Amino acid sequence: MLVTEALTKRFATLTAVQDLTLRVEPGEVLGFLGPNGAGKSTTMKMITGFLAPTSGTANVCGHDVIREPAAARRKLGYLPEGAPAWGEMVPAAFLRFMADIRGVKGAERARRIDAVVDQLQLASVLQQPIATLSKGFKRRVGLAQALLHDPPVLIMDEPTDGLDPNQKHHVRSLIREIAAEKTIVISTHILEEVESVCTRAVIISGGHLLADDTPAGLLTRSRYRDAVQVTLREPDTSAREALAALPGVRDVEIAADGQTLTVLGEDGLATATRVRELCSERGWRVEALRAEGGRLDDVFRDITRSEAA
Amino acid sequence: MSGILAIFRRELAGYFVTPVAYVFLVIFVALIGALTFYVGGFYEQRQADLGSFFGLHPWLYAFFIPALAMRLWAEERDTGTIELLLTLPISTTQAVIGKFLAAWAFTVVALALTAPMWWTVNYLGNPDNGVIAAAYIGSALMAGGFLAIGSFVSALTRSQVIAFIVGFLICFVLLMAGYPLVLDVFTGWAPRVVVEGVEAMSFLTRFESISRGVIDLRDLIYFSGMMAFFLFANVSIIEMKKAE
Repeated sequence: MLVTEALTKRFATLTAVQDLTLRVEPGEVLGFLGPNGAGKSTTMKMITGFLAPTSGTANVCGHDVIREPAAARRKLGYLPEGAPAWGEMVPAAFLRFMADIRGVKGAERARRIDAVVDQLQLASVLQQPIATLSKGFKRRVGLAQALLHDPPVLIMDEPTDGLDPNQKHHVRSLIREIAAEKTIVISTHILEEVESVCTRAVIISGGHLLADDTPAGLLTRSRYRDAVQVTLREPDTSAREALAALPGVRDVEIAADGQTLTVLGEDGLATATRVRELCSERGWRVEALRAEGGRLDDVFRDITRSEAA
Repeated sequence: MSGILAIFRRELAGYFVTPVAYVFLVIFVALIGALTFYVGGFYEQRQADLGSFFGLHPWLYAFFIPALAMRLWAEERDTGTIELLLTLPISTTQAVIGKFLAAWAFTVVALALTAPMWWTVNYLGNPDNGVIAAAYIGSALMAGGFLAIGSFVSALTRSQVIAFIVGFLICFVLLMAGYPLVLDVFTGWAPRVVVEGVEAMSFLTRFESISRGVIDLRDLIYFSGMMAFFLFANVSIIEMKKAE
């Protein structure tokens, strides 16, 4: 379990994080979202005890990160931003060192190293200096190190950055697999990642918490939530006006090609039916018609932009 | 303690997985050997002692030790591994001590590799081996003092080049503190106490007495105090500058 209470970090001229209060329970995967410089990494650095907060507290499994740093850190696995590791070491030696310093000994050490090597598919590079590994392997070595001691709380700063789509998929499945009994916080820029692995999403900007909801809950804030997108075979200048006149339609957006129109209605299903009826009535040939469930990037932009304005 | 040990082992192994350690050891041993004969005038003195050998140590250390210490913290900061290291369940003090001890052990290895000098002088004559042993201990202590300074300077910056140059400068000034080059800066305007204080800081005068075979408690306290002070400063600087 992870609890922060009015966590604040001020640098000389800048307040990086302001009064951040969060509570993350085991079984939750919290996605930490925000534009660059929003305070995501600073928050993670305070939770993991790297930076001391200016005020407020962070608590990992009942241990305050400032008063009981060793106890708190033992419960934590941390993947820092950019997955740093000592480049001259080979992953095998690196993982052995991480096990030693975390007090994982003997047969348990061998068992845990085998487990993470298997989970992250590192067997082929165990004896290659980390500096010579590809970005994807480096990231996975960083993840292996964070999972090594099977910590109840995992903090990962952009865990899938630099991975190819297959590796991203693999790491996300891995996170879902281990999520059941762990408290996991990940920061990411990739919004589809939030939908695929997170049970909860927090948006921060300028150090302030702006939204705290499930990914589905955030999606309902999207203006595209009940939208219907229709693509006509031939452009029709009257289409926009006609669609806008349908009952329950708030707005119609037209794409640059002049053929794709997004109809923002109040009820997705009803709007779709009306759009289809209108199309056949007017004799427009329809190339595609699909309902939209809302767009997370649009919610993200709305929330973070209104704050900046 | 196990934290210090794990850091120590990782660091020490780190020296030997890259060619840097071997280059360093070979050049150090070759240079100190050559200089003993050519600059120190080992043969010309026609004495069975290692005075000309130990006399070179402070000067070689002033150059080699900052080169060894420059990467200790600057590199961690530069590559971001400092964040990994300092979020492990160990304290900053343990990390500083572990890294320092590994670097010190490495210099002791370098020092041990000069043992053929000791055999040579025993082959050629009958030196006072007690004096030589004391001088080796003194030399290792002096290396530790220089290393603590180097480690501290390395924590100040993320540039290894700057760490080396500043480290070298501080070591050089401390060596020369008993000599007019440095003392003249203070004499004339500073009170006597300050001048004497600066003079007492000199590594060279301390080491000279040890290399004559006299291990004075004050010299031991001086070198241990030096190490303790700079390592403490090292820890404080890391804590202060973490965010950068």
